[in-house]
Amino acid sequence: MIITIASGKGGTGKTSVAVNLAQTAISAGQNVQILDADVEAPNMFLFLDPKVTSETTINALVPSVEKSLCTLCGACADVCEFHAIGVFGTSILVFPELCHSCGGCTLVCPEKAITEIEHPIGLLRKGQTAGSTEFVEGRLKIGEAKAPPIIREAKKHLDRKKLVIIDAPPGNSCPVVEAMKASDFIILVTEPTPFGLHDLRMIFEIVREMNIPFGLVINKAGLGNRDVYRFCDKKSIPILLEIPFRQDLASSYASGEIWINLFPDVQKKFISLLGKLTTGGKRP
Amino acid sequence: MKELVVISGKGGTGKTSITGALATLMPNAILADCDVDAPDLHLLLNPDIQKKETFSGGKVARIDKTKCNECNVCRQVCRFDAITTSFAVEDMSCEGCGVCVWNCPEKAISFENRNSGEWYFSKTRFGEMVHARLFPGEENSGKLVTQVRKAARELGKEKNADYLLVDGPPGVGCPVISSIGGADLLLVVTEPTRSAIHDMQRALDLAKHFNIPATVCINKYDLNKEMTGEIESYCADRNLPVLGKIVFDKEFITAQIQGKAVIELDIPGLKTSFQFLLNKILEILPAEGKEPLDGTRK
Repeated sequence: MIITIASGKGGTGKTSVAVNLAQTAISAGQNVQILDADVEAPNMFLFLDPKVTSETTINALVPSVEKSLCTLCGACADVCEFHAIGVFGTSILVFPELCHSCGGCTLVCPEKAITEIEHPIGLLRKGQTAGSTEFVEGRLKIGEAKAPPIIREAKKHLDRKKLVIIDAPPGNSCPVVEAMKASDFIILVTEPTPFGLHDLRMIFEIVREMNIPFGLVINKAGLGNRDVYRFCDKKSIPILLEIPFRQDLASSYASGEIWINLFPDVQKKFISLLGKLTTGGKRP
Repeated sequence: MKELVVISGKGGTGKTSITGALATLMPNAILADCDVDAPDLHLLLNPDIQKKETFSGGKVARIDKTKCNECNVCRQVCRFDAITTSFAVEDMSCEGCGVCVWNCPEKAISFENRNSGEWYFSKTRFGEMVHARLFPGEENSGKLVTQVRKAARELGKEKNADYLLVDGPPGVGCPVISSIGGADLLLVVTEPTRSAIHDMQRALDLAKHFNIPATVCINKYDLNKEMTGEIESYCADRNLPVLGKIVFDKEFITAQIQGKAVIELDIPGLKTSFQFLLNKILEILPAEGKEPLDGTRK
């Protein structure tokens, strides 16, 4: 079973929910795999402190032109939607950071002058936590723009036989869609504030369109107002769990602690959340 | 016109609340919200939209079933698994590369413009603002960011503005890179938590990568003074100025609920902190034609 934690707005508590849920499942004896797909800001390792056993470069395929074969016909530039290759006077130039690795230029080149080479765009880190739970993390290289290929690559390593917990990136565009694809259930996390609600509305539309069962966790409950609750009521969104806004939770999060190890009341909440997930969520 | 972009690495550290507060204090500024896929600044500034433009970020393939003979070529050439076994294009997976379009032997695939968002010119009580909305799940947020910044810069020039204040997106990827290229100064908003420090470091590395001057603001600094100290010494070691420290205060949420910038609630302590932060920014980033306070010209 693949469960993805997403939010729309950043900083609502995705990572906290993901690590606490994972830890709860591990304690319950389940075989868990943890996957950090927040590749621009991967934070799960700060809580789980895994022993990293392998680190491999993630590459994107970008064109490389054999100048002796190139006739500067410009067919490659004509088909490239991303302006990643072009003929300028008597030379042909490739801009790897604009390339989407679609392979179009290689296919169209009448001289077969274009091959694809690897361009490093990130890291895949794998390892084990102290309790020998498998940990996988994608990490975008600084200066590289495209998160989705890193997420796709990390997700190639997911193990469907296990309970997979995926921490998604924030936002409402392509990276979060990539992280949520092929999930069996999505946990949305929000906070009961106007910003939280605004971004929840957007991610709600995406999840509904993807037609994946989902439910909501309200973090920092007690802050803000009741508008998020009214929205859930109106849209029949199941509220799976509320985590109160509390100083002790905030400060243990700050120092990278896992709540369920410190607070029995929170542990109880996560045990009940895990129970709800295994009995299945409600389809929107 | 000088451009200040507020980023953070980690989401939820307070970029938008801080941008909103600065917007109330910054002299002769144009505002822009470049967090186009989760824009929130408008919730504080209640912009009055003057002009709306549609954003076509890219294209999407469409298969004409009457011409398709299911030869499977499109599925073979598509690198993004965007074409289903029943020969329909999944919009959310389609990268807009067009490879299927010109490879289809039956010419059964057309290439349509994708309507992926909107952007707006607005008036707010603190100046004019350019902002946008990427439709949920769409791609090309970087392109929309570039569009917003370009429009904001042109507007600034036209209005003879001294500053462009930009609320940026979280992360370090495509929309962030589009938000910061060519900016005069970055303000990286962080908070004293392990995650925020880690992500701030990535944002600062990105600034260094593109050679853009960066400064730091520590939000909610009183929540963990030890980690605040850690941030300060990290910055001191790298000659990165910490321009301000803001306390944790639930009034930020009260302001959100009232649709106001926190400054408008008239809380003396917060007002002083933000005025201090702004003065530091103006010291580093004097308006065009004005002497920096230390008498040197940039």
